Amino acid sequence: MNWRRIGESAMESLIRLCGVSAVLFVFGILIFVFREGQDFMFNRLDFGEFFTQIAWRPTAEPPTYGALALISGTVGVTLVAMALAIPFGLGTAVFLSEFCSWRWKEALKITIELLAAIPSVVWGFIGITLMNELVIYITHVPVGVNVLNAGIILALMSVPIIVSIGEDALKAVPDGYREAAEALGATRWEVVYKVLFPAAKNGLLAAVLLGVGRAVGETMAVLMATGHSIRLIFDGQAPFFHPLYPGRTLTATIAAELGETSKGSDHYQVLFVIGLLLFVITFVINFSADLIVRGIRKE
Amino acid sequence: MMAMPQETSGAVQETYSIETHNLSLWYGDFQALHAVSVRIRSGLITSLIGPSGCGKTTLLRCLNRVNERYGNVTTTGDIRVLGKNIYDEDVSLVELRRCVGMVFQRPNPLPISIYENVVFGLRIHTPAAQLSRSVLDEAVETSLKEVLLWDAVKDKLKKRATGLQLEQQQKLCIARLMPLKPQVVLMDEPCSALDARGTEAIEDLMSILGKRFTIVIVTHNMAQARRASEECIYMYMGKIVEHGTTLDVFLRPRNKETENYVEGRYG
Repeated sequence: MNWRRIGESAMESLIRLCGVSAVLFVFGILIFVFREGQDFMFNRLDFGEFFTQIAWRPTAEPPTYGALALISGTVGVTLVAMALAIPFGLGTAVFLSEFCSWRWKEALKITIELLAAIPSVVWGFIGITLMNELVIYITHVPVGVNVLNAGIILALMSVPIIVSIGEDALKAVPDGYREAAEALGATRWEVVYKVLFPAAKNGLLAAVLLGVGRAVGETMAVLMATGHSIRLIFDGQAPFFHPLYPGRTLTATIAAELGETSKGSDHYQVLFVIGLLLFVITFVINFSADLIVRGIRKE
Repeated sequence: MMAMPQETSGAVQETYSIETHNLSLWYGDFQALHAVSVRIRSGLITSLIGPSGCGKTTLLRCLNRVNERYGNVTTTGDIRVLGKNIYDEDVSLVELRRCVGMVFQRPNPLPISIYENVVFGLRIHTPAAQLSRSVLDEAVETSLKEVLLWDAVKDKLKKRATGLQLEQQQKLCIARLMPLKPQVVLMDEPCSALDARGTEAIEDLMSILGKRFTIVIVTHNMAQARRASEECIYMYMGKIVEHGTTLDVFLRPRNKETENYVEGRYG
Protein backbone atom coordinates (compact mmCIF):
# COMPACT_ATOMS: atom_id res chain seq x y z
CA MET A 1 0.00 0.00 0.00
CA ASN A 2 1.33 3.40 -0.86
CA TRP A 3 1.12 5.39 2.37
CA ARG A 4 2.67 8.44 0.83
CA ARG A 5 -0.07 8.69 -1.72
CA ILE A 6 -2.78 8.21 0.90
CA GLY A 7 -1.19 10.88 3.10
CA GLU A 8 -0.99 13.20 0.13
CA SER A 9 -4.64 12.82 -0.82
CA ALA A 10 -5.76 13.08 2.82
CA MET A 11 -3.84 16.32 3.15
CA GLU A 12 -5.32 17.58 -0.08
CA SER A 13 -8.89 16.93 1.01
CA LEU A 14 -8.17 18.58 4.36
CA ILE A 15 -6.92 21.72 2.62
CA ARG A 16 -9.90 21.61 0.28
CA LEU A 17 -12.20 21.39 3.29
CA CYS A 18 -10.55 24.46 4.85
CA GLY A 19 -11.05 26.27 1.58
CA VAL A 20 -14.75 25.61 1.28
CA SER A 21 -15.46 25.95 5.00
CA ALA A 22 -15.70 29.73 4.71
CA VAL A 23 -18.54 29.30 2.22
CA LEU A 24 -20.21 26.72 4.49
CA PHE A 25 -20.01 29.04 7.49
CA VAL A 26 -21.44 32.02 5.64
CA PHE A 27 -24.36 30.01 4.33
CA GLY A 28 -24.78 28.25 7.67
CA ILE A 29 -25.10 31.56 9.51
CA LEU A 30 -27.39 33.00 6.87
CA ILE A 31 -29.67 29.97 7.03
CA PHE A 32 -29.73 30.03 10.83
CA VAL A 33 -30.59 33.72 11.01
CA PHE A 34 -33.20 33.30 8.31
CA ARG A 35 -34.78 30.26 10.03
CA GLU A 36 -35.11 32.03 13.35
CA GLY A 37 -36.82 35.04 11.83
CA GLN A 38 -38.68 33.71 8.80
CA ASP A 39 -41.99 32.72 10.45
CA PHE A 40 -42.57 36.23 11.76
CA MET A 41 -41.11 37.90 8.69
CA PHE A 42 -43.43 36.18 6.22
CA ASN A 43 -46.59 35.85 8.31
CA ARG A 44 -46.90 38.79 10.67
CA LEU A 45 -44.33 41.49 9.82
CA ASP A 46 -45.66 44.55 8.05
CA PHE A 47 -42.74 45.57 5.82
CA GLY A 48 -44.31 48.97 5.18
CA GLU A 49 -44.27 49.66 8.88
CA PHE A 50 -40.79 48.18 9.35
CA PHE A 51 -39.14 50.40 6.80
CA THR A 52 -41.16 53.62 7.17
CA GLN A 53 -42.20 53.95 10.80
CA ILE A 54 -40.15 55.38 13.61
CA ALA A 55 -41.97 53.71 16.48
CA TRP A 56 -39.98 50.71 17.74
CA ARG A 57 -42.13 49.39 20.64
CA PRO A 58 -41.78 45.62 20.53
CA THR A 59 -42.94 45.25 24.16
CA ALA A 60 -45.94 47.60 23.99
CA GLU A 61 -49.50 46.36 23.60
CA PRO A 62 -50.10 46.23 20.67
CA PRO A 63 -46.38 46.13 19.66
CA THR A 64 -45.09 48.25 16.76
CA TYR A 65 -42.00 47.35 14.77
CA GLY A 66 -40.86 50.49 12.95
CA ALA A 67 -37.16 50.22 12.27
CA LEU A 68 -36.64 53.43 10.32
CA ALA A 69 -35.03 55.25 13.25
CA LEU A 70 -32.67 52.33 13.81
CA ILE A 71 -31.71 52.26 10.15
CA SER A 72 -31.14 56.00 10.19
CA GLY A 73 -29.01 55.55 13.30
CA THR A 74 -26.78 52.99 11.60
CA VAL A 75 -26.51 55.09 8.43
CA GLY A 76 -25.85 58.29 10.38
CA VAL A 77 -23.18 56.84 12.64
CA THR A 78 -21.47 55.21 9.66
CA LEU A 79 -21.53 58.47 7.71
CA VAL A 80 -19.92 60.43 10.53
CA ALA A 81 -17.37 57.70 11.09
CA MET A 82 -16.41 57.51 7.42
CA ALA A 83 -16.29 61.28 6.96
CA LEU A 84 -13.62 61.29 9.66
CA ALA A 85 -11.92 57.95 9.12
CA ILE A 86 -11.43 58.02 5.34
CA PRO A 87 -9.40 61.24 5.09
CA PHE A 88 -7.62 60.57 8.34
CA GLY A 89 -6.89 56.92 7.59
CA LEU A 90 -5.77 57.45 4.00
CA GLY A 91 -3.71 60.45 5.09
CA THR A 92 -1.95 58.35 7.69
CA ALA A 93 -1.40 55.56 5.17
CA VAL A 94 0.19 58.02 2.72
CA PHE A 95 2.33 59.53 5.45
CA LEU A 96 3.54 56.13 6.60
CA SER A 97 4.37 54.81 3.18
CA GLU A 98 5.72 57.94 1.48
CA PHE A 99 6.81 60.70 3.82
CA CYS A 100 7.91 59.11 7.04
CA SER A 101 11.41 58.12 8.08
CA TRP A 102 11.98 54.45 8.69
CA ARG A 103 12.28 54.74 12.46
CA TRP A 104 9.11 56.82 12.83
CA LYS A 105 7.29 54.42 10.60
CA GLU A 106 7.93 51.43 12.85
CA ALA A 107 6.89 53.33 15.96
CA LEU A 108 3.73 54.66 14.33
CA LYS A 109 2.70 51.32 12.90
CA ILE A 110 2.99 49.62 16.26
CA THR A 111 0.94 52.36 17.89
CA ILE A 112 -1.75 52.17 15.24
CA GLU A 113 -1.94 48.41 15.54
CA LEU A 114 -2.39 48.92 19.26
CA LEU A 115 -5.33 51.15 18.47
CA ALA A 116 -6.91 48.20 16.66
CA ALA A 117 -6.35 45.94 19.64
CA ILE A 118 -8.39 48.02 22.08
CA PRO A 119 -11.60 46.08 22.92
CA SER A 120 -14.75 47.75 21.69
CA VAL A 121 -16.24 47.93 25.18
CA VAL A 122 -13.30 50.10 26.19
CA TRP A 123 -14.05 52.37 23.26
CA GLY A 124 -17.65 52.55 24.45
CA PHE A 125 -16.39 53.45 27.89
CA ILE A 126 -14.30 56.27 26.45
CA GLY A 127 -17.39 57.42 24.54
CA ILE A 128 -19.51 57.62 27.66
CA THR A 129 -16.92 59.41 29.77
CA LEU A 130 -14.25 61.39 27.95
CA MET A 131 -15.92 61.91 24.58
CA ASN A 132 -19.21 62.76 26.28
CA GLU A 133 -17.55 65.63 28.15
CA LEU A 134 -15.74 66.76 25.02
CA VAL A 135 -18.87 66.80 22.88
CA ILE A 136 -20.77 68.74 25.53
CA TYR A 137 -17.90 71.19 25.95
CA ILE A 138 -17.51 71.84 22.22
CA THR A 139 -21.09 71.76 20.96
CA HIS A 140 -22.99 72.84 24.10
CA VAL A 141 -25.61 70.10 23.78
CA PRO A 142 -27.12 68.86 27.05
CA VAL A 143 -26.22 65.21 26.45
CA GLY A 144 -22.92 64.23 24.92
CA VAL A 145 -23.67 60.64 24.02
CA ASN A 146 -25.05 60.98 20.51
CA VAL A 147 -24.44 60.10 16.87
CA LEU A 148 -21.44 62.41 16.64
CA ASN A 149 -19.86 60.83 19.68
CA ALA A 150 -20.39 57.29 18.39
CA GLY A 151 -19.21 58.36 14.93
CA ILE A 152 -15.93 59.68 16.32
CA ILE A 153 -15.41 56.51 18.34
CA LEU A 154 -16.17 54.36 15.30
CA ALA A 155 -13.82 56.45 13.18
CA LEU A 156 -11.03 55.77 15.65
CA MET A 157 -11.85 52.08 15.45
CA SER A 158 -11.92 52.03 11.63
CA VAL A 159 -8.73 54.06 11.12
CA PRO A 160 -6.32 51.21 11.94
CA ILE A 161 -7.97 49.00 9.31
CA ILE A 162 -7.89 51.71 6.67
CA VAL A 163 -4.29 52.60 7.54
CA SER A 164 -2.89 49.10 7.49
CA ILE A 165 -4.63 47.95 4.30
CA GLY A 166 -4.11 51.32 2.63
CA GLU A 167 -0.43 51.32 3.49
CA ASP A 168 -0.04 47.81 2.07
CA ALA A 169 -1.71 48.96 -1.14
CA LEU A 170 0.63 51.95 -1.48
CA LYS A 171 3.67 49.88 -0.62
CA ALA A 172 2.75 47.45 -3.40
CA VAL A 173 3.08 50.20 -6.03
CA PRO A 174 6.40 49.57 -7.82
CA ASP A 175 9.06 52.14 -6.97
CA GLY A 176 9.70 52.66 -10.68
CA TYR A 177 6.46 54.65 -10.90
CA ARG A 178 7.57 57.04 -8.19
CA GLU A 179 10.97 57.41 -9.78
CA ALA A 180 9.48 58.02 -13.22
CA ALA A 181 7.18 60.73 -11.93
CA GLU A 182 9.89 62.40 -9.86
CA ALA A 183 12.25 62.38 -12.81
CA LEU A 184 9.57 64.22 -14.78
CA GLY A 185 9.61 66.91 -12.12
CA ALA A 186 6.69 65.86 -9.95
CA THR A 187 6.83 66.87 -6.31
CA ARG A 188 6.24 64.20 -3.70
CA TRP A 189 2.64 65.26 -3.22
CA GLU A 190 2.06 65.21 -6.98
CA VAL A 191 3.49 61.71 -7.03
CA VAL A 192 0.96 60.71 -4.39
CA TYR A 193 -2.19 62.00 -5.99
CA LYS A 194 -1.29 61.70 -9.66
CA VAL A 195 0.48 58.35 -9.59
CA LEU A 196 0.02 56.42 -6.37
CA PHE A 197 -3.72 57.01 -5.97
CA PRO A 198 -4.54 55.78 -9.48
CA ALA A 199 -2.06 52.92 -9.17
CA ALA A 200 -3.33 51.76 -5.78
CA LYS A 201 -7.00 52.62 -6.12
CA ASN A 202 -8.20 49.01 -5.82
CA GLY A 203 -6.37 48.47 -2.58
CA LEU A 204 -7.37 51.86 -1.21
CA LEU A 205 -11.01 51.19 -2.05
CA ALA A 206 -10.80 47.85 -0.32
CA ALA A 207 -9.33 49.60 2.72
CA VAL A 208 -12.19 52.09 2.81
CA LEU A 209 -14.88 49.45 2.37
CA LEU A 210 -13.47 47.24 5.10
CA GLY A 211 -13.54 50.33 7.28
CA VAL A 212 -17.21 50.87 6.37
CA GLY A 213 -17.91 47.23 7.12
CA ARG A 214 -16.38 47.62 10.54
CA ALA A 215 -18.44 50.74 11.20
CA VAL A 216 -21.74 49.15 10.12
CA GLY A 217 -21.18 46.00 12.12
CA GLU A 218 -19.73 47.46 15.32
CA THR A 219 -22.08 46.97 18.26
CA MET A 220 -20.79 47.43 21.77
CA ALA A 221 -19.12 50.81 21.36
CA VAL A 222 -22.11 52.33 19.57
CA LEU A 223 -24.52 50.81 22.07
CA MET A 224 -22.71 52.74 24.76
CA ALA A 225 -21.89 55.95 22.89
CA THR A 226 -24.98 56.75 20.80
CA GLY A 227 -27.37 57.44 23.66
CA HIS A 228 -29.59 54.54 22.60
CA SER A 229 -32.66 56.61 21.98
CA ILE A 230 -35.06 55.97 19.16
CA ARG A 231 -34.94 59.06 17.07
CA LEU A 232 -34.66 59.89 13.38
CA ILE A 233 -31.24 61.32 12.57
CA PHE A 234 -32.37 62.50 9.17
CA ASP A 235 -35.42 64.69 8.58
CA GLY A 236 -36.83 67.36 6.33
CA GLN A 237 -35.43 70.22 8.37
CA ALA A 238 -32.16 71.81 7.36
CA PRO A 239 -29.46 70.64 7.66
CA PHE A 240 -31.36 67.32 7.14
CA PHE A 241 -28.76 65.39 9.09
CA HIS A 242 -28.48 65.88 12.84
CA PRO A 243 -25.39 64.25 14.28
CA LEU A 244 -26.00 65.92 17.63
CA TYR A 245 -29.19 63.92 18.23
CA PRO A 246 -28.84 60.81 20.29
CA GLY A 247 -29.69 57.76 18.21
CA ARG A 248 -29.72 54.01 18.12
CA THR A 249 -28.33 51.54 15.62
CA LEU A 250 -29.57 48.20 14.32
CA THR A 251 -26.72 46.29 15.91
CA ALA A 252 -27.13 47.92 19.30
CA THR A 253 -30.85 47.09 19.28
CA ILE A 254 -30.15 43.40 18.82
CA ALA A 255 -27.49 43.39 21.51
CA ALA A 256 -29.61 45.28 24.01
CA GLU A 257 -32.90 43.41 23.50
CA LEU A 258 -32.17 39.84 22.52
CA GLY A 259 -31.39 38.75 26.09
CA GLU A 260 -34.76 39.95 27.32
CA THR A 261 -36.92 38.14 24.80
CA SER A 262 -38.32 34.67 25.12
CA LYS A 263 -37.10 32.34 22.40
CA GLY A 264 -39.48 32.16 19.46
CA SER A 265 -41.55 35.19 20.43
CA ASP A 266 -42.34 37.89 17.86
CA HIS A 267 -39.85 40.25 19.51
CA TYR A 268 -37.15 37.54 19.35
CA GLN A 269 -37.94 36.90 15.70
CA VAL A 270 -37.99 40.54 14.64
CA LEU A 271 -34.47 40.93 16.04
CA PHE A 272 -33.41 38.17 13.65
CA VAL A 273 -35.08 40.05 10.83
CA ILE A 274 -32.85 43.00 11.77
CA GLY A 275 -29.91 40.62 11.68
CA LEU A 276 -30.94 39.59 8.18
CA LEU A 277 -31.14 43.24 7.16
CA LEU A 278 -27.59 43.84 8.43
CA PHE A 279 -26.53 40.79 6.48
CA VAL A 280 -28.05 42.24 3.32
CA ILE A 281 -26.41 45.65 3.90
CA THR A 282 -22.92 44.17 4.31
CA PHE A 283 -23.52 41.86 1.37
CA VAL A 284 -24.47 44.81 -0.83
CA ILE A 285 -21.40 46.77 0.30
CA ASN A 286 -19.04 43.88 -0.41
CA PHE A 287 -20.69 42.99 -3.67
CA SER A 288 -20.61 46.53 -5.00
CA ALA A 289 -16.99 46.84 -3.92
CA ASP A 290 -16.29 43.72 -5.91
CA LEU A 291 -18.06 45.15 -8.95
CA ILE A 292 -16.22 48.45 -8.68
CA VAL A 293 -12.86 46.74 -8.41
CA ARG A 294 -13.72 44.48 -11.35
CA GLY A 295 -14.76 47.50 -13.38
CA ILE A 296 -11.50 49.24 -12.61
CA ARG A 297 -9.53 46.18 -13.58
CA LYS A 298 -11.23 45.87 -16.92
CA GLU A 299 -10.44 49.47 -17.85
CA MET B 1 43.21 61.33 -15.82
CA MET B 2 40.73 62.73 -18.28
CA ALA B 3 41.71 62.83 -21.89
CA MET B 4 40.25 65.72 -23.79
CA PRO B 5 38.49 64.72 -26.96
CA GLN B 6 40.43 65.38 -30.09
CA GLU B 7 38.88 67.42 -32.78
CA THR B 8 38.40 65.00 -35.58
CA SER B 9 36.04 66.85 -37.85
CA GLY B 10 35.17 70.42 -38.69
CA ALA B 11 31.73 70.39 -37.07
CA VAL B 12 32.81 70.25 -33.47
CA GLN B 13 30.63 71.91 -30.86
CA GLU B 14 32.39 74.18 -28.47
CA THR B 15 29.76 74.34 -25.77
CA TYR B 16 29.23 71.92 -22.96
CA SER B 17 25.83 70.97 -21.56
CA ILE B 18 27.18 69.23 -18.52
CA GLU B 19 30.34 69.88 -16.57
CA THR B 20 31.32 68.18 -13.36
CA HIS B 21 34.24 69.22 -11.24
CA ASN B 22 35.74 66.97 -8.58
CA LEU B 23 32.46 65.15 -8.17
CA SER B 24 32.63 62.50 -5.46
CA LEU B 25 29.73 60.50 -4.18
CA TRP B 26 29.19 58.10 -1.31
CA TYR B 27 26.36 55.64 -0.66
CA GLY B 28 26.69 55.45 3.10
CA ASP B 29 30.36 54.50 3.56
CA PHE B 30 30.88 53.24 0.05
CA GLN B 31 32.48 55.72 -2.33
CA ALA B 32 30.97 55.25 -5.78
CA LEU B 33 32.52 58.25 -7.56
CA HIS B 34 36.06 59.55 -7.07
CA ALA B 35 36.65 63.18 -8.02
CA VAL B 36 35.02 62.92 -11.40
CA SER B 37 35.64 65.88 -13.68
CA VAL B 38 34.03 65.63 -17.05
CA ARG B 39 32.65 67.91 -19.72
CA ILE B 40 29.91 66.66 -21.98
CA ARG B 41 29.37 68.44 -25.26
CA SER B 42 26.09 69.97 -26.27
CA GLY B 43 24.09 68.39 -29.04
CA LEU B 44 26.02 65.13 -29.12
CA ILE B 45 25.25 61.63 -27.96
CA THR B 46 27.75 60.64 -25.30
CA SER B 47 27.90 57.07 -24.07
CA LEU B 48 29.07 55.98 -20.64
CA ILE B 49 30.63 52.52 -20.65
CA GLY B 50 32.46 50.40 -18.14
CA PRO B 51 32.08 47.20 -16.15
CA SER B 52 29.23 46.70 -13.69
CA GLY B 53 29.60 48.76 -10.56
CA CYS B 54 32.00 51.25 -12.15
CA GLY B 55 29.76 54.20 -11.30
CA LYS B 56 28.37 55.02 -14.73
CA THR B 57 24.73 54.82 -13.68
CA THR B 58 25.54 56.70 -10.49
CA LEU B 59 27.15 59.49 -12.50
CA LEU B 60 24.14 59.62 -14.81
CA ARG B 61 21.71 59.76 -11.91
CA CYS B 62 23.62 62.67 -10.39
CA LEU B 63 22.90 64.84 -13.37
CA ASN B 64 19.22 65.31 -12.57
CA ARG B 65 19.71 64.68 -8.84
CA VAL B 66 17.45 61.64 -8.95
CA ASN B 67 20.13 59.92 -6.84
CA GLU B 68 18.87 61.86 -3.86
CA ARG B 69 15.84 59.60 -3.65
CA TYR B 70 18.03 57.23 -1.70
CA GLY B 71 18.41 58.74 1.71
CA ASN B 72 22.05 57.93 2.44
CA VAL B 73 23.76 59.71 -0.45
CA THR B 74 26.54 62.26 0.13
CA THR B 75 27.86 64.32 -2.76
CA THR B 76 30.79 66.72 -2.95
CA GLY B 77 32.06 68.77 -5.87
CA ASP B 78 30.24 70.68 -8.56
CA ILE B 79 27.82 69.70 -11.27
CA ARG B 80 26.96 72.35 -13.79
CA VAL B 81 24.11 71.62 -16.14
CA LEU B 82 23.52 74.19 -18.86
CA GLY B 83 25.94 76.47 -17.06
CA LYS B 84 24.16 76.37 -13.73
CA ASN B 85 25.40 74.60 -10.61
CA ILE B 86 22.54 72.25 -9.81
CA TYR B 87 23.39 72.20 -6.12
CA ASP B 88 22.88 75.96 -5.78
CA GLU B 89 20.26 77.01 -3.27
CA ASP B 90 18.08 78.68 -5.87
CA VAL B 91 17.87 75.66 -8.18
CA SER B 92 14.40 74.20 -8.36
CA LEU B 93 14.41 70.44 -8.58
CA VAL B 94 11.18 70.61 -10.55
CA GLU B 95 12.71 72.93 -13.13
CA LEU B 96 15.96 70.94 -13.29
CA ARG B 97 14.03 67.80 -14.11
CA ARG B 98 12.06 69.59 -16.79
CA CYS B 99 15.33 70.52 -18.53
CA VAL B 100 16.98 67.17 -17.93
CA GLY B 101 14.73 64.27 -18.90
CA MET B 102 15.44 60.67 -18.04
CA VAL B 103 14.72 57.29 -19.60
CA PHE B 104 15.14 54.29 -17.37
CA GLN B 105 16.46 50.78 -17.75
CA ARG B 106 13.07 49.19 -17.22
CA PRO B 107 10.34 50.97 -19.24
CA ASN B 108 8.27 52.67 -16.55
CA PRO B 109 5.15 54.24 -18.04
CA LEU B 110 2.82 55.39 -15.29
CA PRO B 111 -0.25 53.22 -14.61
CA ILE B 112 -2.55 55.75 -16.26
CA SER B 113 -3.70 56.11 -19.85
CA ILE B 114 -1.29 56.55 -22.75
CA TYR B 115 -2.68 60.04 -23.26
CA GLU B 116 -2.16 61.04 -19.63
CA ASN B 117 1.35 59.63 -19.66
CA VAL B 118 2.34 61.93 -22.50
CA VAL B 119 0.82 65.04 -20.93
CA PHE B 120 1.93 64.17 -17.39
CA GLY B 121 4.88 66.53 -17.52
CA LEU B 122 2.85 69.31 -19.12
CA ARG B 123 0.26 69.13 -16.38
CA ILE B 124 2.95 69.39 -13.74
CA HIS B 125 4.88 72.24 -15.27
CA THR B 126 2.09 74.35 -16.75
CA PRO B 127 -0.77 76.13 -14.97
CA ALA B 128 -4.01 74.28 -15.65
CA ALA B 129 -5.58 77.37 -17.18
CA GLN B 130 -3.14 77.26 -20.08
CA LEU B 131 -3.86 73.64 -20.87
CA SER B 132 -6.88 73.58 -23.10
CA ARG B 133 -8.02 70.34 -24.63
CA SER B 134 -6.56 71.28 -28.00
CA VAL B 135 -3.14 72.09 -26.53
CA LEU B 136 -3.03 68.71 -24.83
CA ASP B 137 -4.32 66.84 -27.87
CA GLU B 138 -1.73 68.44 -30.05
CA ALA B 139 1.09 67.72 -27.61
CA VAL B 140 0.06 64.07 -27.53
CA GLU B 141 -0.07 63.74 -31.28
CA THR B 142 3.21 65.55 -31.94
CA SER B 143 5.10 63.71 -29.22
CA LEU B 144 3.86 60.29 -30.25
CA LYS B 145 4.64 61.01 -33.90
CA GLU B 146 8.15 62.07 -32.96
CA VAL B 147 8.83 58.71 -31.37
CA LEU B 148 7.10 56.85 -34.22
CA LEU B 149 4.42 55.49 -31.94
CA TRP B 150 1.40 57.47 -33.11
CA ASP B 151 0.12 55.00 -35.69
CA ALA B 152 0.30 52.09 -33.28
CA VAL B 153 -1.58 53.74 -30.44
CA LYS B 154 -3.72 56.50 -31.92
CA ASP B 155 -6.88 54.41 -31.52
CA LYS B 156 -6.23 53.43 -27.92
CA LEU B 157 -4.99 56.60 -26.27
CA LYS B 158 -7.39 56.06 -23.38
CA LYS B 159 -6.03 52.59 -22.69
CA ARG B 160 -3.62 51.94 -19.88
CA ALA B 161 -0.02 52.50 -20.87
CA THR B 162 1.17 49.54 -18.84
CA GLY B 163 -0.58 47.21 -21.29
CA LEU B 164 1.68 48.12 -24.21
CA GLN B 165 4.57 45.98 -25.45
CA LEU B 166 7.91 46.77 -23.81
CA GLU B 167 9.31 48.45 -26.87
CA GLN B 168 6.24 50.65 -27.16
CA GLN B 169 6.40 51.39 -23.45
CA GLN B 170 9.97 52.60 -23.80
CA LYS B 171 9.03 54.76 -26.77
CA LEU B 172 6.22 56.20 -24.72
CA CYS B 173 8.69 56.98 -21.94
CA ILE B 174 10.70 58.96 -24.46
CA ALA B 175 7.57 60.57 -25.88
CA ARG B 176 6.49 61.90 -22.51
CA LEU B 177 9.71 63.94 -22.29
CA MET B 178 8.96 65.70 -25.59
CA PRO B 179 6.29 68.18 -24.47
CA LEU B 180 8.71 69.52 -21.84
CA LYS B 181 11.33 70.32 -24.47
CA PRO B 182 14.27 69.17 -22.36
CA GLN B 183 17.80 70.20 -23.35
CA VAL B 184 19.41 67.09 -21.98
CA VAL B 185 18.11 63.52 -22.01
CA LEU B 186 19.71 60.92 -19.75
CA MET B 187 19.28 57.29 -20.72
CA ASP B 188 20.09 54.50 -18.33
CA GLU B 189 20.54 51.33 -20.40
CA PRO B 190 17.32 52.10 -22.25
CA CYS B 191 17.45 48.93 -24.35
CA SER B 192 18.50 46.34 -21.82
CA ALA B 193 14.92 45.11 -21.34
CA LEU B 194 14.24 45.01 -25.09
CA ASP B 195 14.89 42.48 -27.83
CA ALA B 196 17.04 43.17 -30.87
CA ARG B 197 14.21 44.73 -32.86
CA GLY B 198 13.24 46.99 -29.97
CA THR B 199 16.85 47.98 -29.46
CA GLU B 200 17.15 48.95 -33.09
CA ALA B 201 13.98 51.02 -32.89
CA ILE B 202 15.21 52.93 -29.85
CA GLU B 203 18.62 53.51 -31.42
CA ASP B 204 16.98 54.86 -34.56
CA LEU B 205 15.01 57.17 -32.37
CA MET B 206 18.15 58.34 -30.61
CA SER B 207 19.80 59.21 -33.87
CA ILE B 208 16.78 61.29 -34.89
CA LEU B 209 16.39 62.98 -31.52
CA GLY B 210 20.13 63.36 -30.96
CA LYS B 211 20.06 66.35 -33.27
CA ARG B 212 17.83 68.19 -30.82
CA PHE B 213 19.14 67.32 -27.39
CA THR B 214 22.29 66.44 -25.62
CA ILE B 215 21.96 62.73 -24.91
CA VAL B 216 23.94 60.84 -22.29
CA ILE B 217 23.45 57.10 -22.45
CA VAL B 218 24.70 54.45 -20.09
CA THR B 219 25.12 51.13 -21.82
CA HIS B 220 26.50 47.70 -21.18
CA ASN B 221 26.38 46.96 -24.83
CA MET B 222 29.62 48.04 -26.42
CA ALA B 223 28.35 47.55 -29.92
CA GLN B 224 25.57 49.95 -29.05
CA ALA B 225 28.00 52.55 -27.71
CA ARG B 226 29.94 52.24 -30.90
CA ARG B 227 26.91 52.42 -33.19
CA ALA B 228 24.91 55.05 -31.45
CA SER B 229 27.22 57.53 -29.75
CA GLU B 230 29.54 60.25 -30.94
CA GLU B 231 31.57 60.59 -27.79
CA CYS B 232 32.39 57.90 -25.31
CA ILE B 233 33.47 57.89 -21.68
CA TYR B 234 35.05 54.81 -20.18
CA MET B 235 34.74 54.52 -16.42
CA TYR B 236 36.36 52.13 -14.01
CA MET B 237 36.07 51.93 -10.21
CA GLY B 238 34.30 55.27 -9.92
CA LYS B 239 36.83 57.15 -12.04
CA ILE B 240 36.90 58.39 -15.60
CA VAL B 241 39.60 56.48 -17.41
CA GLU B 242 39.14 57.79 -20.91
CA HIS B 243 36.95 60.29 -22.68
CA GLY B 244 37.11 60.94 -26.38
CA THR B 245 35.28 60.53 -29.63
CA THR B 246 33.73 57.10 -29.85
CA LEU B 247 35.99 56.22 -32.73
CA ASP B 248 39.12 57.11 -30.79
CA VAL B 249 38.03 55.26 -27.68
CA PHE B 250 37.32 52.12 -29.64
CA LEU B 251 40.06 52.21 -32.26
CA ARG B 252 42.87 54.16 -30.65
CA PRO B 253 42.39 53.91 -26.88
CA ARG B 254 45.17 55.67 -25.01
CA ASN B 255 44.80 53.65 -21.90
CA LYS B 256 45.57 49.97 -21.57
CA GLU B 257 42.50 49.38 -19.34
CA THR B 258 40.22 50.94 -21.92
CA GLU B 259 41.72 48.80 -24.61
CA ASN B 260 41.23 45.65 -22.59
CA TYR B 261 37.62 46.55 -21.91
CA VAL B 262 36.56 47.62 -25.39
CA GLU B 263 38.16 44.54 -26.85
CA GLY B 264 36.10 42.45 -24.48
CA ARG B 265 38.93 41.03 -22.41
CA TYR B 266 36.95 41.69 -19.26
CA GLY B 267 33.76 43.43 -18.11
